[in-house]
Amino acid sequence: MSITSDTLILPARVPSRSGSSRLGDLPLIPIIILGTIAFMAIFANVLAPHNPEIGSLTARFRPPVWQTGGSANHLLGTDQLGRDVLSRLIFGARVSMVVGFTAVIFAGVVGTVLGIIAGYIGGWADQIIMRITDAWLALPALTFAIFLAAIVGPSMWNIVIILGAVYWTRYARVVRGEVLSLKERDFVRLAVVAGCSKWTIMRRHILPNVANSAIVLATLMLGVVIVTEASLSFLGVGVPPPQPAWGLMLSDGKQGLMVGYWWLTVFPGVCIMLMVLSANLLGDWLRVKLDPQLRQL
Amino acid sequence: MRQFIGRRLGYSLLSLLVLSLTIFLFVRVTGDPATLLVEPGASDDDIAAIHQKFGLDQPLWMQYGLFMLHLMRGDFGQSFYYQTPVLELYLDRLPNSLLLAAVAMTFSLVVGIPTGILAAVRVGRFWDSAGKLFALLGLSLPSFFVGLVMILVFSVYLGWLPSSGTGGVLHILMPAFALGWYFAASHMRLTRSSMLEVLGSEYVKLARLKGLPQSMVICKHAFKNALIPVLTLAGINLVLMINVAVVVETVFAWPGVGRLLYEGISFRDFPVVQGVVIMGGTMIVAVNLLVDVVYAVIDPRIRLEK
Repeated sequence: MSITSDTLILPARVPSRSGSSRLGDLPLIPIIILGTIAFMAIFANVLAPHNPEIGSLTARFRPPVWQTGGSANHLLGTDQLGRDVLSRLIFGARVSMVVGFTAVIFAGVVGTVLGIIAGYIGGWADQIIMRITDAWLALPALTFAIFLAAIVGPSMWNIVIILGAVYWTRYARVVRGEVLSLKERDFVRLAVVAGCSKWTIMRRHILPNVANSAIVLATLMLGVVIVTEASLSFLGVGVPPPQPAWGLMLSDGKQGLMVGYWWLTVFPGVCIMLMVLSANLLGDWLRVKLDPQLRQL
Repeated sequence: MRQFIGRRLGYSLLSLLVLSLTIFLFVRVTGDPATLLVEPGASDDDIAAIHQKFGLDQPLWMQYGLFMLHLMRGDFGQSFYYQTPVLELYLDRLPNSLLLAAVAMTFSLVVGIPTGILAAVRVGRFWDSAGKLFALLGLSLPSFFVGLVMILVFSVYLGWLPSSGTGGVLHILMPAFALGWYFAASHMRLTRSSMLEVLGSEYVKLARLKGLPQSMVICKHAFKNALIPVLTLAGINLVLMINVAVVVETVFAWPGVGRLLYEGISFRDFPVVQGVVIMGGTMIVAVNLLVDVVYAVIDPRIRLEK
């Protein structure tokens, strides 16, 4: 009796297919935050009230508008060189977005291509790629990035290349694992029988099937990459001054902290936090949506 | 067993070889390594001496041999700024890093494990959500921001805690928290998922069927087994903490190896940077090997698989 009732109840608990494919539970807040930052980055020239790299030394360390001594001319105050904090934050969004997205895409492309080659071709290619991946994964990402930055010197595009070099290994490992199981599937075997070249199989049959995982991983990596970029800038080997990067602003604001110039650290910090938090929330949501296999990651 | 350890040891040595090759090649591919290895503004004689020491006019494989020979002897070069061997500097700073890592680890376990268990036992309820928020923030907030905000609140406004340096117990609280939060979050997540897995297993069901009270089931049966993966992760994380504390140690002027790395960058002291990176990589490869071997000793299934 109890057994039959159990089997009757079970299917009802399983969510319906149409329900899981709808995007009704789209995480609105992270999307709005990332959208706002992207908007600021694109229209920085129009939105920023002042030039972010030029300040006037007569207007140094002005507090935000709501504190005594603040003025509506500088809504979020000015820094140690009299530069407008709000304008620097707006232009800083551009640096974070450009570095974050290009580094994630760069690492993703390199890692996915090498992961597919390692997984599908196997043999020596696999050995070489995976031994490099294993060894590079043993280095803490930030330490490795600092080492590379110390060699090549700081510039915005060098940072993109460095972050790509540091983070491609994460994609390579995940993608290779997926390719190894895809390789045994019937549709790939059929493609081999049909006479497709290895190149065609990798491009037409393997790549579309690992794209989901790569995209989920990329979203999750966005937060990591932005924190690493900010840390590098904070340590003085990232985006060079006078460019307005959030990590650099935090580092500059550190000296004023002890005398109470809180706005120089808190505002850029909050920006970094919001961006990373949004990227992580979006990544978690995508992971559950797109790729059940990665849920345990 | 011996075969398993042998193979793992082989892998680790291979990893170290690839690491050393990577570091060696990166320095040479990007230009004349002599410009990195001598002080800025050094004379031509000094550059010639570096060329001599590392055989920079020799073929690449000879250079690599010399590079490895120096490393094997523990010769990581001389710091420009301190004028002492890099290894000596590193070993000087290591105890501070170990202390910070130990305190941060204690904090992360004391916070992470109980909240993880609570979240697993009350899954989907208030404590679970609170734990998730704590973990999400821990994994998302950059440690320098946490550190700077804490300095602002506890040192500047409240004046309770010293903002930098070493000394008493009070000095270590903020750096340990800033460093430990991320790890507390990761320990919490793992405890939660590992606990959920154990709570669904047959022997826990059996314990429940026997009529044991909930507290006994959780403390005696589930907890112990759920803890194994967490403690493994904690072991790896302890070594990681020593090597990722660059930012926290810089914010709080804590004189550990992370701070040494920062000094290496800001004084353009390349041998120091290179030394810290090599030591960090070696340590992590070693602890991974150790964990693998210990796991194999505990769990025969692991050493039997390919």
